[in-house]
Amino acid sequence: MMLAFKLDILLTDKLIYVLLAVIALLVWRILRHEHLRAPWRRVAQSQAGMAAAVILIAFVAVGLLDSVHFRHLLDNGGKGERQYASEVLSLLDVAAAPLRERVEKTYSAPFAAQLYAKETIELPGGRQVRDFPRLKYGGAHLKDPERERGDDIQSRAAGSLSLGFAVWAVLATLCISWLARCWGTTFLQALGQVARGESQVAWRAVLLTSALVILVGSLAAGLCVPYHIFGTDKVGQDVFYHALKSIRTGLVIGTLTTLVMLPFALLLGIVAGYMRGWVDDVIQYVYTTLNSIPGVLLIAAAVLIMQGHIESNPDTFDTVAARSDFRLLFLCLILGVTNWTGLCRLLRGEALKLSEMDYIQAARAFGVSHWRIISRHILPNVFHIVLISVVLDFSGLVLAEAVLSYVGVGVDPTMQSWGNMINSARLEMAREPIVWWQLAAAFAFMFVLVLAANIFADAVRDAFDPRAGRRMSAKVLARLRLGGAHE
Amino acid sequence: MINYIIRRLLYAIPILLGVNILTFTLFFVVNTPDNMARIHLGMKRVTPDAIVKWKHEHGYDKPLLINTKVEGAAKLTDTIFFDKSMSMFALRFGQSDDGRDIANEIKTRMWPSLAIALPVFVIGLLVNITFALLMVFFRATYLDFWGVVACVVMMSISGLFYIIAGQYLVSKLWHLVPISGFDYGANAFKFLVLPVAVSVLAGIGSGVRWYRTIFLEEAGKDYVRTARAKGLSEVRVLFRHVLKNGMIPILTGAVVVIPTLFMGSLVTESFFGIPGLGSYTIDAINSQDFAIVRAMVFLGSLLYIVGLILTDISYTLVDPRIRLE
Repeated sequence: MMLAFKLDILLTDKLIYVLLAVIALLVWRILRHEHLRAPWRRVAQSQAGMAAAVILIAFVAVGLLDSVHFRHLLDNGGKGERQYASEVLSLLDVAAAPLRERVEKTYSAPFAAQLYAKETIELPGGRQVRDFPRLKYGGAHLKDPERERGDDIQSRAAGSLSLGFAVWAVLATLCISWLARCWGTTFLQALGQVARGESQVAWRAVLLTSALVILVGSLAAGLCVPYHIFGTDKVGQDVFYHALKSIRTGLVIGTLTTLVMLPFALLLGIVAGYMRGWVDDVIQYVYTTLNSIPGVLLIAAAVLIMQGHIESNPDTFDTVAARSDFRLLFLCLILGVTNWTGLCRLLRGEALKLSEMDYIQAARAFGVSHWRIISRHILPNVFHIVLISVVLDFSGLVLAEAVLSYVGVGVDPTMQSWGNMINSARLEMAREPIVWWQLAAAFAFMFVLVLAANIFADAVRDAFDPRAGRRMSAKVLARLRLGGAHE
Repeated sequence: MINYIIRRLLYAIPILLGVNILTFTLFFVVNTPDNMARIHLGMKRVTPDAIVKWKHEHGYDKPLLINTKVEGAAKLTDTIFFDKSMSMFALRFGQSDDGRDIANEIKTRMWPSLAIALPVFVIGLLVNITFALLMVFFRATYLDFWGVVACVVMMSISGLFYIIAGQYLVSKLWHLVPISGFDYGANAFKFLVLPVAVSVLAGIGSGVRWYRTIFLEEAGKDYVRTARAKGLSEVRVLFRHVLKNGMIPILTGAVVVIPTLFMGSLVTESFFGIPGLGSYTIDAINSQDFAIVRAMVFLGSLLYIVGLILTDISYTLVDPRIRLE
């Protein structure tokens, strides 16, 4: 069979698949061990944590759709060698094709039917006037935008909202009847339990948040085709599409950075704490040295040098996407280099403490090899530290991307990212009336993702940090009952 | 005490040497002087003669590590490593690509940086500690809960948003202060108010939450319970006991940044057009002036290490339990 496309898996795609495999492996392990499941059950009880998790899953779903890349087969009449387009597309690009292809001339405001700038328009009679020209796509179905637009938006919004609500109602019913079967109760009993928030897992938060996500999603899906809901940018591209594409960049920086630095931090931190002596001295020297260099400057230096390297060897990458993807991966690597020292120091301290414990002394006395002690006895006991620092780092990294892109050492300028959106919109601040929608879209998307990540991180930390449990007695917790936002 | 400080200073030398070797590797081995010349002369159509000339003008035409052409100690000193990298220990940073003396630039530009960073540091610390203490005072009430929620929301907002929104509201809409720029003397005030206020605001979220955690941990300790049991008022307990003991972990975070205040903030300075070291660095990054970036990396590390030593010394001043030996 002749395939009409060729998979073109980018480097970061591969690493994302590796990350998914690692997560799947961990989930499988956790499900089989009761003592590993216990802290996750505490996460599942947290209303705020589960609500944040639903929003994170929505972001991750968009990011994953955007992580399967391919190239179309070029039509050359079936003769000669098969050639593929140089444009690399993802599943998200295909799903959002109407957004991608409906390019206007230049800026237009959200939901506008006319361009942002006045132009000379030729009337049918041959006369010329200066007016705001109609958009090619946004609101093109309206005869008289000024009068019809409000009603049109309202009726479309109502339609897609009710569709979204119907979808959610079906999903919620399925979910609750599944719960009812699991608990061995009737449907109404299960519904009552969930509604009163009496379930072990915070199902009420999950269902309410997913209602919100589905409603917002259906609203956006219903309105983004006839209108540009976040307006268009300087070259007339849909800002909403840009913001969606930027999700993957943000997620990649937030997760892959940790993935690439984790092996170093784990190995060096544990070995330093366990071996002590000169090994400890050397590792401490390495991380103190790296830590003493201001992070932004080290990143800037490395990125500048890499840029020079790419510029002097322009033939290394065959597509623009591959080049910007390599730059993204490099940014993750160098962010990892500047970020691993903190985790390494924590792990060293913990390993130092653990290696004094009786069970490890006993293992040593029995002649268990160092490698086995580290992997069987120390590694599982520092896992909570790794997890907490991974989820805590995520939001900081997403925010760092925007700042680095502003400084000029972030992701490739051709890559969609919130930082690049802010950077290009910043120059238009002086315009009158102000072009605000690009900034608004980038900041809004970033804010929702980072807020969800922060809340989820708090829930995970509360569940995993043994200190937190000891510090707050059950009585204090019962008095607080504030929903997981406390330390 | 003096012994300890001398030992710490000696320990700083290998770290700075490490930083030096790392930057040398990055800037001269990975990115060869030929490459640098090509970047500055334009990538295409650059003749070998032009490269040689550029390297000679900027002093990059010596051997990297060992000069075999000369005799004696000059074998090691007449090299790029000694000339460009080791000389930074004597705070000689050489010339930037436009021919100015970097050390001189740093001396004039650090004052505007300090004029922003010092007020941000002091006001930020006071504001954060005040809010954190208030939240601990009202702990386990709705005030505390919504305070934490506000902190989480504020720390989820990008720092760039605070700057852009602040400039738009205060300067463009209300015309209270100029959007950007800088002046010396008393005139500096109107240029400094907005960047300082914005930077303090942007730091409140994470700062207050962090200090609140420290104070809560302190407030749960036995001596605090004793203080309450003997009938001290809550205000007195907070200020005399919790605040004083909480200052120890706060010092770790605060003292270490004091020397690096000279470096300024890249983003704030470039948004507000402050001619400090931060905007100097950002301009250097944009014009790919490696000499300046290298100098700033070294200076940053040096100041950070000074900060670490100051932290250790300040410990002995606030915590009599710690003696440096």
